[in-house]
Amino acid sequence: MRIPLLTAGSRRARSRSTEDDTDGRTAVAPQWKLVLRRFRKHRLAMASAVIVVMFALVGVFAEFVAPTTPSDYSADHTHAPPQRLHFVDTTDGVDLGLYVHGYESTRDEETLAREFTVDEDHKIPVGFFVRGEPYEMWGLFGTDRHLIGPEDPDERMYLLGADRNGRDMLSRIVYGTRVSLSIGLAGVALSFVFGIVLGGISGYVGGRTDTLIQRAIELLMSIPTIPLWMGLSAAVPREWGPLQTYFAITVILSLVGWTDLARVVRGRFLSLREEDFVLAARLDGCGPARVIGRHMLPSFTSHIIASLTLSIPLMILAETALSFLGLGLQPPVVSWGVLLQEAQNIHSIANSPWVLLPGVAVTVAVLVLNFVGDGIRDSADPYR
Amino acid sequence: MDTDSDVLLEVKGLRTRFRTDDADVTAVNGANLRLRRGRTLCVVGESGCGKSVTARSILRLIDPPGRIVDGEILLRRDGSDGRPAETIDLAALKPTGRRIREIRGRDIAMIFQEPMASLSLVHRVGNQIGEAIRVHNPMPRRQARQRVLELLDQVEIPNPERTIDAYPFQLSGGMRQRVMIAMALSCSPRLLIADEPTTALDVTTQAQIMDLLVGLQHQQDMALMFITHDMGVVAEMADDVAVMYLGHVVEKGPVDTIFHDPKHPYTRALLDSIPRIGGARRERLSTIRGTVPAPADQPSGCVFRDRCDFVMPGRCDRIVPPPIDLGPERHVRCLLHGGAEPEAEVTTSQEAADAG
Amino acid sequence: MWAFVTRRLLYMIPTLFVISLVSFAIIQLPPGNFINTFVAELRAQGQGVDNAQVRALEERYGLDDPFLVQYGKWISGILLHGDFGQSFQYQRPVSDLIWDRIGLTLVLAVCTTLLSWAIAFPIGVYSAVRQHSVGDYVFTFIGFIGLATPNFMLALIFVWISFRYMGESVGGIVSPEYADAAWNLGKVLDVVSNLWIPVLIIGTAGTATLIRVLRANLLDELRKPYVTTARAKGLPEWRVILKYPVRMALSPFISTIGWILPTLIGGEVMVSIVVSLETTGPLLLDALSSQDMYLAGSFILILATLTVIGTLLSDLLLALWDPRIRHAQTAKG
Ligand SMILES: Nc1ncnc2c1ncn2[C@@H]1O[C@H](COP(=O)(O)OP(=O)(O)OP(=O)(O)O)[C@@H](O)[C@H]1O
Ligand SMILES: [Mg+2]
Repeated sequence: MRIPLLTAGSRRARSRSTEDDTDGRTAVAPQWKLVLRRFRKHRLAMASAVIVVMFALVGVFAEFVAPTTPSDYSADHTHAPPQRLHFVDTTDGVDLGLYVHGYESTRDEETLAREFTVDEDHKIPVGFFVRGEPYEMWGLFGTDRHLIGPEDPDERMYLLGADRNGRDMLSRIVYGTRVSLSIGLAGVALSFVFGIVLGGISGYVGGRTDTLIQRAIELLMSIPTIPLWMGLSAAVPREWGPLQTYFAITVILSLVGWTDLARVVRGRFLSLREEDFVLAARLDGCGPARVIGRHMLPSFTSHIIASLTLSIPLMILAETALSFLGLGLQPPVVSWGVLLQEAQNIHSIANSPWVLLPGVAVTVAVLVLNFVGDGIRDSADPYR
Repeated sequence: MDTDSDVLLEVKGLRTRFRTDDADVTAVNGANLRLRRGRTLCVVGESGCGKSVTARSILRLIDPPGRIVDGEILLRRDGSDGRPAETIDLAALKPTGRRIREIRGRDIAMIFQEPMASLSLVHRVGNQIGEAIRVHNPMPRRQARQRVLELLDQVEIPNPERTIDAYPFQLSGGMRQRVMIAMALSCSPRLLIADEPTTALDVTTQAQIMDLLVGLQHQQDMALMFITHDMGVVAEMADDVAVMYLGHVVEKGPVDTIFHDPKHPYTRALLDSIPRIGGARRERLSTIRGTVPAPADQPSGCVFRDRCDFVMPGRCDRIVPPPIDLGPERHVRCLLHGGAEPEAEVTTSQEAADAG
Repeated sequence: MWAFVTRRLLYMIPTLFVISLVSFAIIQLPPGNFINTFVAELRAQGQGVDNAQVRALEERYGLDDPFLVQYGKWISGILLHGDFGQSFQYQRPVSDLIWDRIGLTLVLAVCTTLLSWAIAFPIGVYSAVRQHSVGDYVFTFIGFIGLATPNFMLALIFVWISFRYMGESVGGIVSPEYADAAWNLGKVLDVVSNLWIPVLIIGTAGTATLIRVLRANLLDELRKPYVTTARAKGLPEWRVILKYPVRMALSPFISTIGWILPTLIGGEVMVSIVVSLETTGPLLLDALSSQDMYLAGSFILILATLTVIGTLLSDLLLALWDPRIRHAQTAKG
């Protein structure tokens, strides 16, 4: 009984891998290597993966990458516009080296708004690994080295402009990268636990349990997410500290976001359950845990990785939306959504459109994560 | 022997290639075929040898990245149906153009391998057949419906009035294939291409469908190109046989000569693999050594040499066997029968006769 | 078919029940008793609140009762009298406040759905049929950007552009000059001219999703044997494509509408907040921030109910569209 099943399965597997790729090398390569090889051929996905890694590095080394700290303000530089980074000074002869021009600011008598003009004569040299605002790297040790910044620590540099309090947008976006990306990751990790446990149970056990979990998922999916998120996060007490709020928001995001993942996991489980090799393993007397862990999980890890990658952007978008509304993270925590709160004021947008730049960061991050996720999915299953 | 005026369609040196990122597959590599009115040509060969691609090439139904790169497909119209007598090279037509569309379904119709997937599941049977009628003979819906009922009756579908309003998913596989046949016959084509029409069906239904096809063919005096990999079916249906291997037509000829005097080692191997009723019980069926190589890496010289029991090293791997004429309408592509040095031919054909 | 409709309607009952439970739970989530907050607020404003009134309120909402009893009172009020409770902030019945806004939200959602379809259908078909063409790449790229940009961000950009280059600040569905006018052609045109950009913005993400879904489905379908059959009949190419594969590809497309709807409503809420349209969005946000929980809970309940109804409609549409589903359902029901 067992033997014909196994041969049927292995014959199918063999014929499939020869379809895959005709050379013998591929037929014996492990699954993940195949996926990786196909992924490398995806040019857009590869380029996006590089950008994702850069985002991650920026997030991890935020303190060092940022020219200054996010709370470093200057009352004289309210809504200062972005400066252009010059590479060569040609005013007298050719002088290689980075620099920016300073500002000349005047105050409008009527509106009291500051108006900035570029002061061509005021040259602020910019360098790498310069000393600047002191900070605590990962809360472990103090230092004042920054990847890039004005060589004179007393000068100010606003490559992406300044906000209402004269704080450097670039530095704030860099710090926001850490929070926004990590909340996306944490939210996905948590949804992953929910999704894989419930989806796995649903798909593996089947029957009434499956129906019950599926109904629950359908129910959750039918509630408009934004109002639900809004309702839940409104219940987070205002007096909670930044860390507590951070965790509360993560939990809320994943409470609503696990359903998709659970569906993917369940679908894969259902289709795999019918495959010969799982049946063969079962007839071999493996217990369910072993069947799931050893035989089913590895064969769809790449699908799950793809789904995970594709849900990170959704989390990021949700966090941004909530924080933008003032229901998510609260200042002084800096996330892209929190930064965008400043754009709620129409005069801020009208006079200093660079307050919208955190939104550009959101778009780019979401875009590249989508490309990477799609690339992984295509490589995991080229026939779908 | 029949005259040339009987020839409906002639395929000359057809070459169809699929060009993808990682491979260049020549699925049909220089095929020559001739189809005559009222006769059945059976095309046989193992899975993947290019039978379907040949058939689709004739109707220009090859999807990209496939393309006809060489050869002619000559359709002869004799002017009997009111249209001018002419010869059209289908290989030169635009695959989406008006000319080829006028030929599809009207001059040449086709039945496909999988009746399950070849009908739209969300359109009613009557709609799908009626459309095939109306595209070539514009007529009111009511009249077309009448004609569909006749057709359904003709393909022996019980209760046509019910079937005409059914969806294909409500029908059994055999019924669907009958619907496909009705659709193909709707404009009385002069050539019907049936691409393994019975492979997906059970044995009884297979026999019924084949009987139906043979009956209809005689009734309408059509040419029939019947694709199969079942030599038993060939013996039953064929007037002529073409044996394909890896994109090449390795042997062709009238059915009797193929069965009684097979020349190509591949044909012989195919015939040896048919189970015979009354054969020795314990005797094992012989199988062909090895497997079909992937079309992407064809061997040099003769494509069959890796699996051939009569391979001549030094010759078969260098010379591509040319078609050798062995009598009226009888061709073989094998160096054992010529195309290499003459003395080689004599000895090996003697050997071959012993073996056969 | 009728059995199917009835069955689906019956299915809705438990769904709606759970949704109402969730909505009520959300009302109850914030710590503290909201009547206390309310009274404290009034007192802080220097208004006297008489104790009888407080007790009447407490009585009415049964604030000392266990959760389920409170829920029972709330839901029976809604079911029996259409009474959604009292808004604390506005001191008016919730039902007075929400219906106008819900109506506008509904109008926006329907317009957006229709527009998304109208845009997504031709683009999706084109992109699939002309796969790898320049047009396909351009549409795919724009679609990706549309997916990746939060729609409130688009709304912000729109606000900025219209302020910067057209010198007007946006907002409002009815322009001031028509505010009190009766409905006439001018007013309708005015509303349309105010609405079409928000509709576009709300619909961007949904449209992009629909294009992707349709393109992927159609690419799958175009390779199916029945398409070859249709070609072999001698039909013109465009007729082959529109009649067969597009028809099939639309089935998943239609079922997509069910889950696009929650996204649409979410997007509508966000965008309305940014460009200050008088829909549910701003009032819901306001209610949530000021912990005006009956108002907020009712909004969530009604929006979720509408979504469930929308999903039902899209399922029915799908059954009408696809005979396989219709027959499978009839066989079961
Ligand atoms: N769309 C395609 N892309 C790439 N290669 C193709 C494509 N279609 C067919 N081929 C190639 O053409 C070869 C011949 O295929 P074909 O379908 O004609 O085989 P067949 O003789 O009909 O086999 P079967 O008996 O299984 O139907 C295949 O081996 C395949 O490699
Ligand atoms: Mg075939």
